[in-house]
Amino acid sequence: MSQRIVVTGMGVVAPNAIGCSDFDQALRTGRSGVRPDSRLVDMGFACQISAVPPIQEDLLQAEFDPLTRRFLTSSGLVYGLLAAREAWRMAGLPFPEVGQAPWADAGTQFGTGLSGVEPLREAIYKVDEGKVRKLGSRVVEQTMASGISAWLCGMFGLGNQCSTNSSACATGTESIILAAERIRQGKAKVMLAGSCDSEGPYVWGGFDSMRVLVRQANGHPEEASAPLSARAAGFVPGAGAGALVLESLEHAQSRGATILGEYLGGAINSGGQLQGGTMTASNSEAVVRAMQMALQDAQITGDKVNAINGHLTATMGDPKEVKNWQKALNIAQGSFPFINSTKSMIGHCLGAAGSIEAVACLLQLRGGYIHPSLNAMPLHPDIADILPEKAIPQTAVEVPNLKIIAKSGFGFGDVNAVLLLRKWEEKR
Amino acid sequence: MGREALIFPYFCAMERSAVAEKLVEIVRPYVPEAELLTQLDEGSDFLKDLKINSAHMIDVVLDVEEAFDIEISDEAAESLQTVGQAIDLILSQAGASSGH
Repeated sequence: MSQRIVVTGMGVVAPNAIGCSDFDQALRTGRSGVRPDSRLVDMGFACQISAVPPIQEDLLQAEFDPLTRRFLTSSGLVYGLLAAREAWRMAGLPFPEVGQAPWADAGTQFGTGLSGVEPLREAIYKVDEGKVRKLGSRVVEQTMASGISAWLCGMFGLGNQCSTNSSACATGTESIILAAERIRQGKAKVMLAGSCDSEGPYVWGGFDSMRVLVRQANGHPEEASAPLSARAAGFVPGAGAGALVLESLEHAQSRGATILGEYLGGAINSGGQLQGGTMTASNSEAVVRAMQMALQDAQITGDKVNAINGHLTATMGDPKEVKNWQKALNIAQGSFPFINSTKSMIGHCLGAAGSIEAVACLLQLRGGYIHPSLNAMPLHPDIADILPEKAIPQTAVEVPNLKIIAKSGFGFGDVNAVLLLRKWEEKR
Repeated sequence: MGREALIFPYFCAMERSAVAEKLVEIVRPYVPEAELLTQLDEGSDFLKDLKINSAHMIDVVLDVEEAFDIEISDEAAESLQTVGQAIDLILSQAGASSGH
């Protein structure tokens, strides 16, 4: 009998909203976080729009002491810490006191794709100028891959595993699965899961050069992110962070925590860059296997999935993903659960995508609605062959009996992560 | 050379109290508990009394270098323990740099 894993806290720093309450509003109303980006114009990017969280100075002042504000130059770390603090507070968990012992039952598995690029750039300039002694103490702690989990460890006084995972755009989804599995194994009672990524041209440049960013929509940013659509022409680069506090049901109930949702199960695998899989494209057979393994782990059948929050970036991967879901969930032609792409509003937040979108799933489960998937019409012809248009809401749809959402994340390297989240009901 | 040594003290115009005041402002954000600053004197030890994280002392030294436009050698930085020692070091270095 494996123990049940529940969500007791959520935090989000997204391009269209900061904090869960405003994010919920943004999702319901289909608010786009995609805006023109003059830096990308000046630097000669083909894609000149982006999706960056609108962080205000007063929020930073409220959350961080002056020294932290001055030295924390990595935007990804700022997003990650803000989202984690919201989740931790929502869960009603304590902040450590000086002199206290670390909390041995609580840890973090918080991922990132590339979160220290700003301080790394500054450090490279100084080193090249022969000023290595001017680097100070704040370079390593921000540029090391595990910078975010190291910061979170200290912020919350965590005494269990504190690690950073990284699997490109599957990172956020993967972090939740890894954290949940640690609790399931009985090795931790509380795990802070999530992921973050920095914003800016140094993160996005390589994608622009690969021509995977949308380049025909600079004049109309809000219509630029068009997952599932015949107009899909690449993704909008984004950034941000999402965070979840996962807990064993027993622990959550023993402390009287408010339960926000349940983690049913998940699966992580890869396609070996074989059978059509490459560094940048998924092996569909492996994707289907990941989806089926997740169902098995959750001990449910495909027909129990009410909605899918896809990876769906607005690239040629979208029709393949829809086809893979049809196969994995064993869906009859013409019928299809709801499917949407949060990226239609917030662009592709890369390593942060999976965790931000998992927060979106939990908000939808709690609120009993499916958020619109913007700019999806006209549908990509291969997708229109598989599902009816009504499966892809263009405005928010109330779904009172919404119980289970499947969430996928795929990354460069041919890696996959799929998980299943459920509305909280003690008796399911 | 002898003449330089003679005129050198005249360039040390900076008052000890002014240096101390400026130093406290530099150190302030690094001190984890604000009340520790109320008991600060020249004998205060940066790590033991002001409880500054030892890894952050390197940042304090870099801030001091920038604020006073001086260079502090690695040896001098490593032997720095108290507020008084830091003031002495700043005064001697400020004098040295303005003497050139």
